[in-house]
Amino acid sequence: MKKNSNNFFLRLWRHPKGRTGIIIAMLLVFCAVFSAYIAPYDPYDVTQRAEKGLAPSLSHPLGTTITTGQDIFSMLIYGTRVSLIVGLVTGICTAFLGALMGLLAGYVGGIVDTLIMRTVDIMLVIPTLPLTIVLTNIFGKSYFMIIFIFTIFGWTGLARVIRSQVLVLKNSNYVKAAELAGASRWHIMFRHILPGVTHLLIMSTALTSAGIMVAEAGLSFLGLGDPTAISWGKMLADAQSGGALLFGHWWWIVAPGIGIFLSVFSFMRIGLALEEMFNPRMKQGAGVRKLFKSLNNTYIQSVFDEMNEDDTPVASSGKEAVQA
Amino acid sequence: MSDNNTLLRTENLCVWFPVRRALPFGQKRYVKAVDNVSITIKKGETFGLVGESGCGKSTLANTLLGMQKPTDGKVIFKGQDLNALSNKEFKEARRDMQMIFQDPFSSLDPRWDVYRLISEPMYIRGGYTKEQMEAEVLRLLHLVGLNEDDLHRYPSEFSGGQRQRIGIARAISLHPDFLVCDEPVSALDVSVHAQILNLLMELQQELNMTYLFISHNLAVVKDLCKNLCVMYLGQVMEAGDTQTIFHNPLHPYTRSLLSAVLSVNLDEKRERMVLNGDIPIPIDAPRGCRFCTRCPFASARCFQETPQLTPQGENHLVACHFPGIGMEK
Ligand SMILES: Nc1ncnc2c1ncn2[C@@H]1O[C@H](COP(=O)(O)OP(=O)(O)OP(=O)(O)O)[C@@H](O)[C@H]1O
Ligand SMILES: [Mg+2]
Repeated sequence: MKKNSNNFFLRLWRHPKGRTGIIIAMLLVFCAVFSAYIAPYDPYDVTQRAEKGLAPSLSHPLGTTITTGQDIFSMLIYGTRVSLIVGLVTGICTAFLGALMGLLAGYVGGIVDTLIMRTVDIMLVIPTLPLTIVLTNIFGKSYFMIIFIFTIFGWTGLARVIRSQVLVLKNSNYVKAAELAGASRWHIMFRHILPGVTHLLIMSTALTSAGIMVAEAGLSFLGLGDPTAISWGKMLADAQSGGALLFGHWWWIVAPGIGIFLSVFSFMRIGLALEEMFNPRMKQGAGVRKLFKSLNNTYIQSVFDEMNEDDTPVASSGKEAVQA
Repeated sequence: MSDNNTLLRTENLCVWFPVRRALPFGQKRYVKAVDNVSITIKKGETFGLVGESGCGKSTLANTLLGMQKPTDGKVIFKGQDLNALSNKEFKEARRDMQMIFQDPFSSLDPRWDVYRLISEPMYIRGGYTKEQMEAEVLRLLHLVGLNEDDLHRYPSEFSGGQRQRIGIARAISLHPDFLVCDEPVSALDVSVHAQILNLLMELQQELNMTYLFISHNLAVVKDLCKNLCVMYLGQVMEAGDTQTIFHNPLHPYTRSLLSAVLSVNLDEKRERMVLNGDIPIPIDAPRGCRFCTRCPFASARCFQETPQLTPQGENHLVACHFPGIGMEK
């Protein structure tokens, strides 16, 4: 298993898309972790009255804000934190919840299955954005709320995919062979079935994270994020209200835009690379379409459908190994 | 019938799969995959089970191993009725039964290396130290003709024949008394058939196992099995000593199977008997003899009355109203 997982990262690294993704993502993580050392100024410092609205220069690489004189470059660096944390935490929570529900539905079956799948059906038709607005109004604006809502409503697509994969694996001959050797349900679930869906989980985490990063920027722009935090979406909102366009301070707008682009781009790349690794014959689709679909929870389902169209998962994993 | 020599026997075993009804209040219907099968397998022998695809061979095997609950009837293994045992006793009893799968490509987890695959049954049973397990895996690897370089390779890196060897090593790792070989070579290239079959026979000698050998190829069964049972649509058509059945097939179905096998012996003149039509779906199995729809000699009685397995000479049972009908003399 260890050898396998090593292989996995190596293969992702060797994949051209995967490598750009990993490099950019690592860079972003580095910025997020060491923001305090990279950023030349304190981005929360709103007392620099004399430094308002400066154009980019050597001392302020991206200038300062018109309203409060904060250093935009420092804000950009600090903004990485919110974007990565919200994106990744939601991605991981969603994968966790989706895996749990999918495994329960597929492996336990019966009434549990029916209950979970009916819940999924209901969840799929609830619109997330209006609900977020309502809930943040009730419980206050925070990133925790955003993570919570996207997790609660984001696991459904993944759960469906995991469930159908579990159903395939559950009836596979190797599970039957393990049963014959006296394996318990736990053994089968954690040693055969869960490892059989981990690639879906990792892929889903990367793609969901990318989707959530865009969503987070949007929500922050609408003022639904934590008002005290510095995030790229909020920077955009500030730029708009602070008159960046009016004064022609395009760098104030472009900077957070690039941040959002890089973070989403890197995670999408990783997700797409993973997908091509697991299913080499998949056509390269338009990234934007996929991103849009991932926001709608329908994306992974469609990937899975395409996978299953012409070969069984067992056969495809065989090919994947041959390719390696 | 049951004596000390019997390892496993079934009594009127039935496995019926319910079919979804077309109308809500329609009659309940079943696929009778196994219907009223009674067989006896003696200790140390290789018992052959032959029949066309879909006649219920795998279902029967699964039921013998307790992987499938019978609708009716009993499976008696070493004197114990498997389905009357408690869960714990059942697990205990089933340790002595293992299976080699029809398809070596799907019966090995593609994410596991050879070491894990072969040691899994030991790992599940527990009670082995790491060193013991490693030594045992190596011993098994050599036994089935693989070597230690293969230990950390994955199933996808092996050929079909090699995978089947891994499957065999797994199956014998717990020293079973009873091994079901469900068409162990039918998914493999013809060139490796003999190797795998020889391996199985050597292991049987060495480890003193009893085999249930499932095949749709009579030629393979002829050399391996002492006793034979021919199934058609879930029922036994003819059973008994292999040599007797081969030299004196009394059921028209057995004869049609035999005539499909190319005879090596050119002197042996055998009539060709080619069946028309496909094997019917066992949902609406014919009322009388199961074979009546395809039997060239079927008469009115065959459509009315189900023939019982009746002895025809020593160790030879036939389910036909007119045993030996139409044979050239
Ligand atoms: N779980 C099930 N539910 C419903 N029908 C089943 C089930 N399993 C098997 N059957 C039916 O029972 C019949 C016998 O199937 P089985 O797999 O035992 O055939 P077989 O003799 O092993 O064929 P093959 O030589 O192709 O392996 C088939 O008609 C099959 O459709
Ligand atoms: Mg079969």
